[in-house]
Amino acid sequence: MGKSQTIIFKNKPVIIGSYSIVGPKEGKGNFGPYFDYVMKDDSFGEKSYEKAEKKMLESAIVGAIEDAKIKPKDVQLILAGDLLNQIISSSYAARNFDVSFFGLFGACSTMAESLAVGSSFIDSKHFQKVVCATGSHFSSAERQFRFPLELGNQRPPTSQWTVTGAGATVLSSTGKGPKISMATIGKVVDYGVIDVNDMGAAMAPSAMDTMLAHFRDTNTVPDDYDMIVTGDLGKFGSEILIDLMEHNGIKLGLNYNDCGQMYFTRNQNTLSGGSGCGCSATVLNSYIIRKLRTGELKKVLFMPTGALMSTTAAQQGESIPGVCHAIVIESDVGKDSKKNFQSVEVKKQTKTSSIKSSPKAKNEELSLQNEKNDLNEKINSKDNDKEKMTDGRKQKSILSFNREE
Amino acid sequence: MDDKKRNEAYNKYVKAKLPKTRPWPSLFNSFLVGGIICCLGQGINDLILLWFPNMAEQSAWAYTLIVLIFIASFLTGIGIYDKIGKFAGGGSIVPITGFSNSIASPAIEFKHEGIIYGICVKMFTIAGPVIVVGIVSSILVGIIYLFI
Repeated sequence: MGKSQTIIFKNKPVIIGSYSIVGPKEGKGNFGPYFDYVMKDDSFGEKSYEKAEKKMLESAIVGAIEDAKIKPKDVQLILAGDLLNQIISSSYAARNFDVSFFGLFGACSTMAESLAVGSSFIDSKHFQKVVCATGSHFSSAERQFRFPLELGNQRPPTSQWTVTGAGATVLSSTGKGPKISMATIGKVVDYGVIDVNDMGAAMAPSAMDTMLAHFRDTNTVPDDYDMIVTGDLGKFGSEILIDLMEHNGIKLGLNYNDCGQMYFTRNQNTLSGGSGCGCSATVLNSYIIRKLRTGELKKVLFMPTGALMSTTAAQQGESIPGVCHAIVIESDVGKDSKKNFQSVEVKKQTKTSSIKSSPKAKNEELSLQNEKNDLNEKINSKDNDKEKMTDGRKQKSILSFNREE
Repeated sequence: MDDKKRNEAYNKYVKAKLPKTRPWPSLFNSFLVGGIICCLGQGINDLILLWFPNMAEQSAWAYTLIVLIFIASFLTGIGIYDKIGKFAGGGSIVPITGFSNSIASPAIEFKHEGIIYGICVKMFTIAGPVIVVGIVSSILVGIIYLFI
């Protein structure tokens, strides 16, 4: 048995505040009604997309602090990261706060990385209030990693759409809310995938590695969680992960899904799905934390994956290493406190409607859309299952490599 | 060694798993749009010759190219050319309009980095290799021609 990669927190950090902000396209996606703020224009009133990304991250941090009902001066540490070179969005956003700052880079897995680091600080009682934040912007990422926006080229079907969005979470040693109980720190895993348009396949092995380590360290099985969610493997990457896990003897059921895959609707033309730091960060800080607060989800395994590559390394023929960290978040709402959960839900909804020009502010609309969304997700996951089954049969012979090991 | 084997097997599995781009629809779109662009070029050429009957045919070609380049840059600027490209693929990349697009798009994209370091430096990031290959191959052809 290998060494344990999992931290089990004794003084469980509480998520007391969360905030998500997304671009207009993301606002029309499947999680639209859950986001705290949807920008009308993806340049967010700034001159360049890099500046817009910085501003988004700033607003996410401020929003989360407001949501936690604390003052900015109560925050002792900001942990943030993004995709741009030298993580400028995070550092530049942090210069406007009079708070200690750690910049983190875990590519798209940064949200889990910041939560794991932040939780450790709180668990060890060095800090009492920590803000974890991350964000990404489609246009700034495109410009750094791929081609200019206006270039008339086609994307391969495995390519993913970097999510324009930022999310922030406030962790606290005291207070009420979902608690982070465990964190599994992943290893860097590289299975030699060199196609930069196929991040899902490059990251799936790292997700498998961390997932296996997590289940082994904590003696749990997938059924122990209400929801297991990876970050941005996309449609194909998550199918690969399901196959990989099956060959390691663990079957992922309907409670498994991928943020990137769920993010956009089918006719939004994003091919394999969403990606980027903002993908998992905005889903966590909107949908997942809200459902944990109401008690609809009890225990969530949140495991964003990151592809640790740069354009330079890729051009020099290096393969793409992946990393994945897992965080377990547990709801503090008991099973039979239905009343409690309803009041929380109502409170949260009225709150979102009061926030600035919050999207589709009416409560009725919101709940309606929520229902629609849930339905959509169910349909999506069912479809997946079907595809998975047919694919599974086809791929069996090819997959025999795992048994040789 | 084991890792290498594992990676090879994994890549093979991924390759089999992932969907291929279907060639026929993309080919059809490419030929359709490419053909339309060529017809447009021919039309412009004919119009120029019609309006300026005294013009030499070769200068008419040059003006046609200028008009096509202008149209493509303009469409790039107002954000339409990338939509055409998404539909047409090679059909809108191969003609001279694609070349125009590949220079105009980085120029727009990097204008925030300043005129010299942004626009001038980045302008040829995509078209640069094409120009280099063009010049090198014409030199080679020229040398061969010298000896024949």
